[in-house]
Amino acid sequence: MTSDPVLVAERVVRGFGGVRAVDVEHLTVERGTITALIGPNGAGKTTLFNVLTGFDRADGGRWSFDGTDVTGLPAHRIARLGMVRTFQLTRVLGRLTVLENMLVGARHQPGETLRRALVPALWKGKRAADVDRARELLDRFALGAKAGDHAASLSGGQRKLLEMARALMNEPTLVMLDEPMAGVNPALARSLLDHITALRDEGRTVLFVEHDLHLVKSVSDRVVVMAQGAVVTEGAPDTVLRDPAVVDAYLGAHHDTDLREIIARETARETAGETAEETG
Amino acid sequence: MDILLTSLQQIMSPVTAAYALAAIGLNLHFGFTGLLNFGHAGFLAIGAYGFAISVAVLDLPVVVALLVAVALAVLFALLIGIPTLRLRADYLAIVTIAASEIIRFTVNSSVLAGLTGGAQGINNNEAMGNSYSQAFKDANPFDAGRVEIGPWVFTATQLWAAILTWVVVAVVAALVWALMRSPWGLVLKGIREDEHALTSLGKNVRLYKTQSLIIGGVIGALAGIMLVLPSTVAPGDFNSRLTFNLFTVLLLGGAATILGPVLGAIVFWVLLQASDGLIQLGERGGWLGGFADASQLRFTLVGIVLVVLIVFRPQGMLGDRKELAFDDK
Repeated sequence: MTSDPVLVAERVVRGFGGVRAVDVEHLTVERGTITALIGPNGAGKTTLFNVLTGFDRADGGRWSFDGTDVTGLPAHRIARLGMVRTFQLTRVLGRLTVLENMLVGARHQPGETLRRALVPALWKGKRAADVDRARELLDRFALGAKAGDHAASLSGGQRKLLEMARALMNEPTLVMLDEPMAGVNPALARSLLDHITALRDEGRTVLFVEHDLHLVKSVSDRVVVMAQGAVVTEGAPDTVLRDPAVVDAYLGAHHDTDLREIIARETARETAGETAEETG
Repeated sequence: MDILLTSLQQIMSPVTAAYALAAIGLNLHFGFTGLLNFGHAGFLAIGAYGFAISVAVLDLPVVVALLVAVALAVLFALLIGIPTLRLRADYLAIVTIAASEIIRFTVNSSVLAGLTGGAQGINNNEAMGNSYSQAFKDANPFDAGRVEIGPWVFTATQLWAAILTWVVVAVVAALVWALMRSPWGLVLKGIREDEHALTSLGKNVRLYKTQSLIIGGVIGALAGIMLVLPSTVAPGDFNSRLTFNLFTVLLLGGAATILGPVLGAIVFWVLLQASDGLIQLGERGGWLGGFADASQLRFTLVGIVLVVLIVFRPQGMLGDRKELAFDDK
């Protein structure tokens, strides 16, 4: 297979005070694939997302998207190039309706400039086409019946779906999903995975952050493992997830210890701590 | 009965129209874009002074004076917007309240008295030949004398002022309606809800916020001109109480609605006038025990009404209660 990367990042560094939150030597995302970014809490996954999408500044490094150097570009310009992200904590527009949430996601709407806003003839056609596309996507994401409701009335899982659907309104080349399955019930997680697969099948590239190794294994074409800001390893899911170094980095060295033992040990430690406090 | 009639006459007053217009501008900032502008009085002052100085001191034609007022408001919006709109919302609140106070102290200072009249303000005296509203009076199509409409009697000037100002309010309200139903307006409302989400969808959030600040500010400046047209320009009128009265008007009527600011301004002034009448009645009857400053009581009454409103109808008179049910967005 010839390499056709849609995203290439070199030596991307981001520090907070003395801590190097991100220090990625090299990262590529191949076009038309699903790449999972995994790693323990605090590994720098979200910070890397923020830096690459322009929501945070980098201290060093270069990265390009679809052949264009986008290093240091403002977030909205990166998004316009076709690299659209979602957020770990969903950001739906609560006091707008579900349909309005979708419409605001559309790109190339001429009526969004002040000059054309006052001439409905210039934007009505595009708006009608957007409404059709929005309804289609809402049906696909099982939100069709909710189109007229305020987005704030949606459940947590529905908000995840809406955010993903809204990102699709933007017709992105690369969809970056920050923990799309976090806090979602297993049935919905399953359907989110199906949606992610469908994105690839319609020709988009997906990069997503996830914790659950089993979920990652079932959908991703490639897995990138981060720990302490750096990329530890990357490759096909089967190889990577069997790598003992990954399992250790990700789950800790005690992942195969019986949970009851750990709890007993923690309880003992806490009791000891409390006794010490009382005497102290 | 007299109290009721005089109170209702406030509906036609150009001051009420000026408040309605100013609140429409504030609504664009606060209600639709989520910008915390606590210095709207500054925009009104800039409009009033820019216009009055251009006409009365610099002898410029009215049209040029209007353009000067608008240009100054745009400049003021850029000046406070460029450094603060990239920051969190609360910084804009701090900067706007400070900037409007700077404007007030500047026009109040004796250094610029040649232009602004310092603490005296700018007279609007036809006899002395320095009236800035002469052109407006000359354009009056009504014959001098009194006009009766129902139980109310207006002078020709009053009627002309009422019609002119309310037409401006209607035109601007229609303009804001047209803007807010457009995709541009939808982006503004989206920014109010979550600006990061809009950035992630490729919208230039700072550009939209700057546009909103400028348009709302220019509307505020026009309201400032309307406010001083029938009277004089006095620096004390543009203190932060004006800003907070405008917020009262906006919350009364309902933020993020088109007609909320208009209805709010009418209710605000009718209530203020009614409480004034009642207090005067009380004073004459000697029921108030000779309060030194009974006229200040009316703002207390307005305050009580506002509290009652916030408790029982927090969305304002025209707002949508459902929208308030989700404050945990």
